[in-house]
Amino acid sequence: MSAPAESPHPAASARIPPKLGGAAASGAAAPAGPGPAPHQQNGPAQNQMHVPSGYGLHPQNYIAPSGHYPQGPGKMTSLPLDSQCGDYYSGLYIVPTQNVVTPNTANQQPGAQQMYGRGPPAPHIVGSTPGPFQGAASSASHLHTSASQPYSPFVNHYSSPAMYSANSSVASQGFPSTCGHYAMSTVSNAAYPSVSYPSLPAGDPYGQQMFTSQNAPTVRPVRDNSFSGHSTAISHSSPLPPPPSHQYHQQQSLSGCSTLSWSASGLPSTQDNLLRNHGGSLATANSNPTNTVADSLSCPVMQNVQPLKSSPVVSSVLSGASSTRTPPAANRPVEPVASVTQPSELLQQKGVDSSSTTSSASPVPNSYDALEGGSYPDMLSSSASSPAPDPAPEPDPAPASAPTAPQPSKMAKPFGYGYPTLQPGYQNATAPLNSGVPPSSPVYSGFQQYAQYPGMNQLSSSLGGLSLQSSPQPESLRPVNLTQERNILPMTPVWAPVPNLNLDLKKLNCSPDSFRCTLTNIPQTQALLNKAKLPLGLLLHPFRDLTQLPVITSNTIVRCRSCRTYINPFVSFIDQRRWKCNLCYRVNDVPEEFMYNPLTRSYGEPHKRPEVQNSTVEFIASSDYMLRPPQPAVYLFVLDVSHNAVEAGYLTILCQSLLENLDKLPGDSRTRIGFMTFDSTIHFYNLQEGLSQPQMLIVSDIDDVFLPTPDSLLVNLYESKELIKDLLNALPNMFTNTRETHSALGPALQAAFKLMSPTGGRVSVFQTQLPSLGAGLLQSREDPNQRSSTKVVQHLGPATDFYKKLALDCSGQQTAVDLFLLSSQYSDLASLACMSKYSAGCIYYYPSFHYTHNPSQAEKLQKDLKRYLTRKIGFEAVMRIRCTKGLSMHTFHGNFFVRSTDLLSLANINPDAGFAVQLSIEENLTDTSLVCFQTALLYTSSKGERRIRVHTLCLPVVSSLADVYAGVDVQAAICLLANMAVDRSISSSLSDARDALVNAVVDSLSAYGSTVSNLQHSALIAPSSLKLFPLYVLALLKQKAFRTGTSTRLDDRVYAMCQIKCQPLVHLMKMIHPNLYRIDRLTDEGAIHVNDRVVPQPPLQKLSAEKLTREGAFLMDCGSVFYIWIGKSCDNNFIEDVLGYPNFASVPQKMTHLPELDTLSSERARSFITWLRDNRPLSPVLHVVKDESPAKTEFFQHLIEDRTEAAFSYYEFLLHIQQQICK
Amino acid sequence: MAFTFAAFCYMLSLVLCAALIFFAIWHIIAFDELRTDFKSPIDQCNPVHALVLPEYSIHSLFCIMFLCAQEWLTLGLNVPLLFYHFWRYFHCPADSSELAYDPPAVMNADTLSYCQKEAWCKLAFYLLSFFYYLYCMIYTLVSS
Repeated sequence: MSAPAESPHPAASARIPPKLGGAAASGAAAPAGPGPAPHQQNGPAQNQMHVPSGYGLHPQNYIAPSGHYPQGPGKMTSLPLDSQCGDYYSGLYIVPTQNVVTPNTANQQPGAQQMYGRGPPAPHIVGSTPGPFQGAASSASHLHTSASQPYSPFVNHYSSPAMYSANSSVASQGFPSTCGHYAMSTVSNAAYPSVSYPSLPAGDPYGQQMFTSQNAPTVRPVRDNSFSGHSTAISHSSPLPPPPSHQYHQQQSLSGCSTLSWSASGLPSTQDNLLRNHGGSLATANSNPTNTVADSLSCPVMQNVQPLKSSPVVSSVLSGASSTRTPPAANRPVEPVASVTQPSELLQQKGVDSSSTTSSASPVPNSYDALEGGSYPDMLSSSASSPAPDPAPEPDPAPASAPTAPQPSKMAKPFGYGYPTLQPGYQNATAPLNSGVPPSSPVYSGFQQYAQYPGMNQLSSSLGGLSLQSSPQPESLRPVNLTQERNILPMTPVWAPVPNLNLDLKKLNCSPDSFRCTLTNIPQTQALLNKAKLPLGLLLHPFRDLTQLPVITSNTIVRCRSCRTYINPFVSFIDQRRWKCNLCYRVNDVPEEFMYNPLTRSYGEPHKRPEVQNSTVEFIASSDYMLRPPQPAVYLFVLDVSHNAVEAGYLTILCQSLLENLDKLPGDSRTRIGFMTFDSTIHFYNLQEGLSQPQMLIVSDIDDVFLPTPDSLLVNLYESKELIKDLLNALPNMFTNTRETHSALGPALQAAFKLMSPTGGRVSVFQTQLPSLGAGLLQSREDPNQRSSTKVVQHLGPATDFYKKLALDCSGQQTAVDLFLLSSQYSDLASLACMSKYSAGCIYYYPSFHYTHNPSQAEKLQKDLKRYLTRKIGFEAVMRIRCTKGLSMHTFHGNFFVRSTDLLSLANINPDAGFAVQLSIEENLTDTSLVCFQTALLYTSSKGERRIRVHTLCLPVVSSLADVYAGVDVQAAICLLANMAVDRSISSSLSDARDALVNAVVDSLSAYGSTVSNLQHSALIAPSSLKLFPLYVLALLKQKAFRTGTSTRLDDRVYAMCQIKCQPLVHLMKMIHPNLYRIDRLTDEGAIHVNDRVVPQPPLQKLSAEKLTREGAFLMDCGSVFYIWIGKSCDNNFIEDVLGYPNFASVPQKMTHLPELDTLSSERARSFITWLRDNRPLSPVLHVVKDESPAKTEFFQHLIEDRTEAAFSYYEFLLHIQQQICK
Repeated sequence: MAFTFAAFCYMLSLVLCAALIFFAIWHIIAFDELRTDFKSPIDQCNPVHALVLPEYSIHSLFCIMFLCAQEWLTLGLNVPLLFYHFWRYFHCPADSSELAYDPPAVMNADTLSYCQKEAWCKLAFYLLSFFYYLYCMIYTLVSS
């Protein structure tokens, strides 16, 4: 296997006790800041030199890197002066994706990864724009073409004085760094909404530093392009609340920002500043004005709510404010004042505020531990345990905050659902932040509580004005009475909660699309976790298509010497020469090479290196990371050509797709390809260059398979291209008259394994029936009468271990087997799937596939194949997941082979593979305030490069149950539970798994009810963060994988289970809980602009027939399929304008395309659907379902809130849960 | 002092018990190597599998011998483990040839720790029974 570097770590012997670090860190957080100050100020100071000198300086900066560039990575030649950075620069050239707007467009996949990275071999001329970067160059021309700039990618995004000037008017000179930065984002948003600025070249973090000042670490460009759409949405002032997960984004894009309101991320940000502002004075200055304004604004509302002292009110506002993790639902009854807020702008304002204070007041210590390790624990302990005055020395920024600060500890206790152990920042930030806020939801919640529990009033007054509401309570903890809340589903998609970290870390943290944890607040002890009754685990999507990814070539990849963790943004630099690992706390030396930052061309700023500025980076690995030379891309297609297969006609589609995409197959000049077909015998194809036509070799001895010729079965794609094309053209017709009905899949796989084992690579198996000959033959195990049985569902496990063993052998030889099952009958997917499960392959299933009778499946196969053939691929991969000492991983989910306790062996890795990991807490995490998780994926790219992609996620540790509930990521939790339930149903039984799912809800809600809320036990109360939990679990229970009572074919069920195991979270959520939109009245209100198209954003509807009206048309997005349901009396205008038929009756039963009509509503509908499609790799097939057509059951089975003959409706389910809890 | 069948049984089981102790130690080492990453589960599970069947059959042989020798107490002590072995052998889902240790599943931390615990318990059991057999052997030799 290929991971020497990933291999055994010596025991962590030289650990520095964390306390030591904490102590050092607390020094850093002290206002006087004497401790770490010297060196930290050092860096920024240098930077400041750049800034005042004005924008005029920039060209120089740009030129500097471009000068080095031509050296190309890895070529450590020439120019002695530059040698240190020459090898480094390849990191900057993530260029070709620049024009890509939607990250997942299939076409662009291959290019995306392979084109960047290496500079072209030749260009040593300074200033030439090398070929691969033309994309960048062209996008640069969107703005100003600046001929003077030698290297256009840089030009493109540092673009232009225009931005700066535009922006400098907004922000004062006092904090140039921020304004420079904000300017950039604004402009880019405005200038080309479609090419939103995340798609900037990877270089930007570095570039940024050139003109940013002290707070360079905080100011960073958005790393994730996939949200470009949303970001633009925001700047266009849509009524949609912004996805909270992208707050860092929004904060950076400064817009009008005169609106006053609260913002979640604003809170922590200011808080950070406060903590950080040793000077303090400036912060006060900055925040006070807002504060006063704010107060005056908010008071009227607030006083209604509570005629108590003003300070409590303040903090209650805060509670809402701090909660913005979940976008405020728009449908709340009480919508105070101007509260259809556009948090985006508000956020931005906060962002500006905060960063400006930061920048002007003091240097930002880069080592977060200096902040976190020191101040956090102090604060935590003080607020959690002792009423003693907080000795923490951070300055009180605003006078108003003085009274509030001590309160939480006192008053949170008496009533369960306070938020007693709030992060210090919340408390501090209270005053400055509740500024100007007519907060919608929080106020409402105040109302609600007030109304519901009048007793509270007395209680609170008896407490001397410390009312319940005054305890800061985040939105995510707002109790929701599930049985009374009718519209539990928010109008906009649910976003991942943002971990409650300080702003610096929040910005640095890994994108939730790649890395999510079910609990964004990690409980301190296993006991606490047990009390919460929530699953703890990670959801990974490590090889996701990224449009912006820093690639780093460097001689030494800096890693912890004891645990081999890669250096990441969350390590702390003790001084310039040493850094402390954030996973094992070992102190390591900073290597000499790391001291030099080639972009700033400065020495001694290790904390500004890209590795430390990005939580997702990719390293080009040296030969230390190889056990053998990187393998070429090798593809083998194993095709079923029995009668059944020829009948179904998939060969035509496959060969056509292959012919079209032959040049787009990822690979380099060494790429090899081969074909095998099988029925009762196995056919090989000799494609050796020089032959006049492909030669077919038949092996009929299936009991002892051998390869007819040693070589020339896998041939070089480019040398034998003509022969390959000939073969592909001939294949569909070669077997048309076959009468062979048997299928010797097992022997064919054995042959494929033999063929592949010298190199490894990818085997794509197309199978259309039960294998009936030779090794691995299977019998039909499905009893059709049992399909809708409510009791036992058998045969979910494999019937034979042949396929598993074969997969393990393949995995050992770095070969992955991908299965395409196109079958009209039962084919025992449960057994066949093993070949992909353990070899890290993927599984596609097309029930009742027929190329003419079932055109929608044929279309789906075609689209899937296109994606499949052209998407990125990594070979001979291993993935290691590390986590902070004290946590341990115990179960993995996905398609892979577990090589060791934390190492997954992946013969292939593809961008659509997701993984899940269950965690447990082995040692108490009392001595740390943060935990980190790191996945390192070591793979060989299709270009034969060894690369390591590293993601690092950082999460806070909490000690109170309320905080644990506040941080639940309900979607991640559901996906993890689904994975666990699949395991359970295979190892035990389906009904066990179903019970376990229901128990998960019952346990967690009853645990919440008994420990945290303490309110009414008669009502079903859930924290706001968990309010969707019962709904999602119900959806899971009605999912094909777990449903009972409804007729479900065994293969369908098993396929759903396979998908649950290997789909990444985003796709899985759509599969579990589809999105329903009403599309007959699309408007441009709140539309976003993507790629010069206007994309309407209709609100989400709940999945219930009550939302369907006969007059409407609805679109359901199930991830892999779209349904458009047309009501019986749907508006004829819609049918005519969008569907192209005069009336409802004339719409055909099977319709899979929307015609391109030149009407506004058609354009809107199509752009909306295209937008939905572009967001995912598997392009879903569209079905137009007429009301009354037989296909409507397909549609209606997804309406999970409704009652079916075999399952609860949502309300009944809630009652059932309530009953269980009361038991 | 007479050399009875029972005495012979104890002597034989003494020797075989030493082998079982060796097997148990071998298991422990194997799982420990797995845990510390030194070996791939595929490489490791195959030799472990090779030992499972001999272990089970040796232990069954004990029970049969003690049954024949009418050593009820000793038999009683061994019967629970015998049943456990039977359960283990027949309760492996689907793939009987893989026996207890399935390479893809064995790295699951729960499974691994279970296997380790099992190996330690068996080691303890075999060690104790080794001395018990020794004692019984001498006792039967002396008493009869």
